[in-house]
Amino acid sequence: MRLIDVAHARSGDKGDSVNIGLIARDRSDYPLLVKEVTAERVAHHFAGVCLGEVKRYELPNLGALNFILTSALGGGGTTSLRVDAQGKAMGEALLFMEIDV
Amino acid sequence: MNTVRIANGQAFWGDSPAAPVAQVRGGDIDYLTLDYLAEITMSVLRKQYERDPDAGYARDFVDLMSEIMQECLERDIKVVANAGGVNPQGCAQALLDVAASKGISGLRVGVVTGDDIMAQLDDLESEGVPLQNLDTGTPFDEVRDRIASANAYLGAEPIARALADGANVVITGRCTDPGLVLGPLVHEFGWQWDDWNLLAAGTVAGHTIECGAQASGGNFQGGWRTMDDLAHVGYPIVEVSADGTFVVTKHPGTGGAVTTATVTEQLLYELGDPATYLSPEVTADFTALQVQEVGPDRVEVTGARGRPPTDSLKVSMAYSDGFQGAAMITYAWPDAIAKAELADSVLRTRLKDLGLPLRAIRTDLVGYNSVHGRVVPPAGSDQSEVVLRVSIWADDPDTVSRFAAEIAPLVMGPPGFTGLLAGGRMRPSRVMAYWPTLVPKSVVDPQVIVRDGV
Repeated sequence: MRLIDVAHARSGDKGDSVNIGLIARDRSDYPLLVKEVTAERVAHHFAGVCLGEVKRYELPNLGALNFILTSALGGGGTTSLRVDAQGKAMGEALLFMEIDV
Repeated sequence: MNTVRIANGQAFWGDSPAAPVAQVRGGDIDYLTLDYLAEITMSVLRKQYERDPDAGYARDFVDLMSEIMQECLERDIKVVANAGGVNPQGCAQALLDVAASKGISGLRVGVVTGDDIMAQLDDLESEGVPLQNLDTGTPFDEVRDRIASANAYLGAEPIARALADGANVVITGRCTDPGLVLGPLVHEFGWQWDDWNLLAAGTVAGHTIECGAQASGGNFQGGWRTMDDLAHVGYPIVEVSADGTFVVTKHPGTGGAVTTATVTEQLLYELGDPATYLSPEVTADFTALQVQEVGPDRVEVTGARGRPPTDSLKVSMAYSDGFQGAAMITYAWPDAIAKAELADSVLRTRLKDLGLPLRAIRTDLVGYNSVHGRVVPPAGSDQSEVVLRVSIWADDPDTVSRFAAEIAPLVMGPPGFTGLLAGGRMRPSRVMAYWPTLVPKSVVDPQVIVRDGV
């Protein structure tokens, strides 16, 4: 299945980095997110887009993970030539990821 | 006061003009907070100020206040806005003029200044403050002569001070977004500046509503189809108790929804390390927050933890960094994508022949793969149509203009050039880039004065 079946997401920019908050739709799926959506897998998913590193933070209290992808916005903010210069749709791009259940 | 009701009516300059009016008229609130300043807005305002010393602030705010000032004063709704830009005094004067011209009495405008450190940059450099780019580590020398604005993020303290001095409208320049909410809470509840958990709770409350309807059903990835009446989406309100617990809600009869999911999406928005949310007065920790529904469109947030802040303030500078332009042409079936790719190749060959000094060039096929790229592969390539978008970045405007002149001739390239999507020939647009850095807190001295109307 894809992440979109079990999670929702919101993304935003900080300079040339993007953050993606990934939230389990059902709290009981949070451990699945922790197990499947590792920083390594997210880096692989965004290969060629995220040119820096991926950091993951866990928020079990919110049933959520927070990812920081550095060097991911083509310079970021006002200098980026990207259509999605602020990474607003990158959360949804993450939801395309296939996971094993 | 048992609880303080703080409403957000503006998440950025250009947000809905109707939202703040609806927040005032839709029910009881104690405070209306408004955010006007994006990261590079200050550089734009500084240019306006240099042309006209009465300008340099968010004029939209003055227009808004002329509509709601009377009602806010009558109902004791206080307004806190970072609308002052690079000229908070000019903004305050404009409000006082509105009050005078409308015969409105009782206006007391608190003005917060001291965020503008443009004039201190030389001193800071000679004192050995590095001012290097916080994100990239690039030395300040590379941009020093192109800096167009430099502002420290002030916090809640000067806002609380202005309210204590009797202001019913507070205008700041650069200020943290959560500070617009924390300032009123400190003032109302008498929280101390070392009540770390309370300061953190107020900061989280501010973070929750700082992006307007993003907490109440706007930009809601988790269930946008289920949001009713987004045309009249209710902007968020926090009802904060003296113990720092708060309920996120919105006015009855408005669109959107406040659910644990909408609030959680916003809590995570633009978050870095959730245990270390930096602000001038407190470092907040989000990792023990609890979010639960306590009624329809009512979500309670508890569990904020805080610890002492760092010794630094974040500074946002803007500097001039060349010019950009983008051309867009729509190609259609058959072979829409192949035609767009050929046009791109023709264009790039001609640019190469010209030897134009480009810093960057980028081609996107809009409607095909321009947003997700290879991360979400397009379903097929036999499109009915696609938009070729070619964008460039150069040091000088003439290069962008020369590039622009190469677009129309593509009509003699692959068939079906349908014209320029954005209208006539593009004009170079100046790029103002963002330079985040840190300064020691000790070099910034926020000042507050309260100016009385009639």
